[in-house]
Amino acid sequence: MKPKLRLTKYWLYIPLVGMAIFYLLPMYVMLVTGFKSFAEIDLKTMWNLPHGLALDNFIEAFSKLSPSLLNSFVMVIPAALISSMLGSLNGFILAKWKFRGADVIFPLILFGMFIPYQSILIPLVVFMRSIGVTGLPGLALAHIIYGIPITTLTFRNYYAGMPQELLEAAKIDGADMLGIYRYILLPISIPSFVVVLIWQFTSAWNDFLFAVVLTGNQEWPITVALNNMAGSQIISWNVQMAGSLLAALPTLLVYIFLGRYFLRGLLAGSLKG
Amino acid sequence: MFKDKDRYLSVVLIAPSILAVFIFIYVFIGWSVRVSLSKWKGLSADYTWNGIKNYTDLFADPRFHVDIRNTLIFTGVFVVGSILLGFFLAVLLDQGLKGEGFFRSLFLFPMAISYIVTGVVWRWLMNPATGSRTSGLNLLFSYLHLDFLQNAWHTTPTWGIAAIALAAIWQMSGYTMALYLAGLRSIPVELREAAQIDGASEFQVYRYIMLPLLSPVTLSALIILGHMSLKVFDLIIAVAGKQLPLDVPAIYMWQTTFDGLFYGRGAAIGILLLISVAVLIIPYIRYTLKTETQS
Repeated sequence: MKPKLRLTKYWLYIPLVGMAIFYLLPMYVMLVTGFKSFAEIDLKTMWNLPHGLALDNFIEAFSKLSPSLLNSFVMVIPAALISSMLGSLNGFILAKWKFRGADVIFPLILFGMFIPYQSILIPLVVFMRSIGVTGLPGLALAHIIYGIPITTLTFRNYYAGMPQELLEAAKIDGADMLGIYRYILLPISIPSFVVVLIWQFTSAWNDFLFAVVLTGNQEWPITVALNNMAGSQIISWNVQMAGSLLAALPTLLVYIFLGRYFLRGLLAGSLKG
Repeated sequence: MFKDKDRYLSVVLIAPSILAVFIFIYVFIGWSVRVSLSKWKGLSADYTWNGIKNYTDLFADPRFHVDIRNTLIFTGVFVVGSILLGFFLAVLLDQGLKGEGFFRSLFLFPMAISYIVTGVVWRWLMNPATGSRTSGLNLLFSYLHLDFLQNAWHTTPTWGIAAIALAAIWQMSGYTMALYLAGLRSIPVELREAAQIDGASEFQVYRYIMLPLLSPVTLSALIILGHMSLKVFDLIIAVAGKQLPLDVPAIYMWQTTFDGLFYGRGAAIGILLLISVAVLIIPYIRYTLKTETQS
């Protein structure tokens, strides 16, 4: 039940709108700068609205960033799909089939969600080179493996809430383990898949650390390319702003259309599934 | 509950994941520890035993002292800021006002964006230029006749890192808001009503009833945000690049390893980071799993 309106005071909208402005300021600057023509660009008039809608900045930014946007998509989509599939399978086994040692293994997997990747970075780079998996496939592999803890956790919590009777009934009807997974759990796991896919897509898309150590400049995903663009003296700030918006757009769109699922992934990440 | 064939199949299906996690996390941590105890400096691997020298050198290194100071300042500002702001927003949204869902989504959207994007935009918002070249937030302050708020942001000596924490608060306070909001919604309405019948004011209800009941949420937020501060990296790189005054352990590790090829020292920094995160996270995982089995 929703709490009733207690402070029937419209003044509450003042802090609310004030905070909304605070959160929107960076978006405002990105948008107005992006739509200005090159002639209008001046740091001193940064807050002014554009005269008309020019696309100069976006075209310039897109021509510079399109290869790395493509790299990001090529790397992120399989990474998100595969780690979600693995998480679902693991979650099912850990939730519904408590094998000996599961109580030890689960917290060990969970810990992997929180480790600072600096503590595994050197072996990761050396190992990937030695098995010859470098560049985008190597980056995707890293995202798959380091994504297993959170995807496993989300699915395990989801499946743990399924009534045991459901599985028992299926067993009496002669279903084996894979049958139960395939015909009973999988069809009702769609919401969890959405949560996990969004989560993995967002975190792999936004990652910078793995990308910067595992890829060379032909294979840079968008975060690395954008950061290098921002660090260079040649490319002006207005193009950087437009580039930032391009880099943020895919995950922002996912958030706008599937925000509810995004929030659930967020809460699962703090172990509060 | 399953037959032997299923039992066998389960192990086969879960084994690759467990093996991968075991290698990529635990074997790699062990490997890093070994590198941190070696003399490895240069392109080719060198596992010559060096004892704990990389660690003792670090603690004697002025740059690492800057890192520790910056991490402490960042953690303090970021954690306290995000928790206060997140709680404030959650209480505001808990009043049942119209448009609640809209504002909630608005406060949360920065979570969907990468630290790199946040950093690139905030670097222009926090432009420290003065005089006729004033821009960004400083220019906005001057429009609003709030010139006293103008400052050098991340270029401020010693406290510059606090400006980075401000951008991090912008990004993460929505997350604390979501945690608190979920917590507030799980408190039975009867509890508030009982307190109000007893004559408690709105403020007293939040202060003496909600806040104590929300302490598990505060604990989660403290730990999650705290461990994020220890790992802060991309945001600083995107705002300011690799500048010594804004150095933190993660940047030092990256630079000394991949630019300086000083693998031994880089591994030592990584392991120290791991230990500080583990101190926070291991009790947290144990606590969470214990409360889970109790409920």
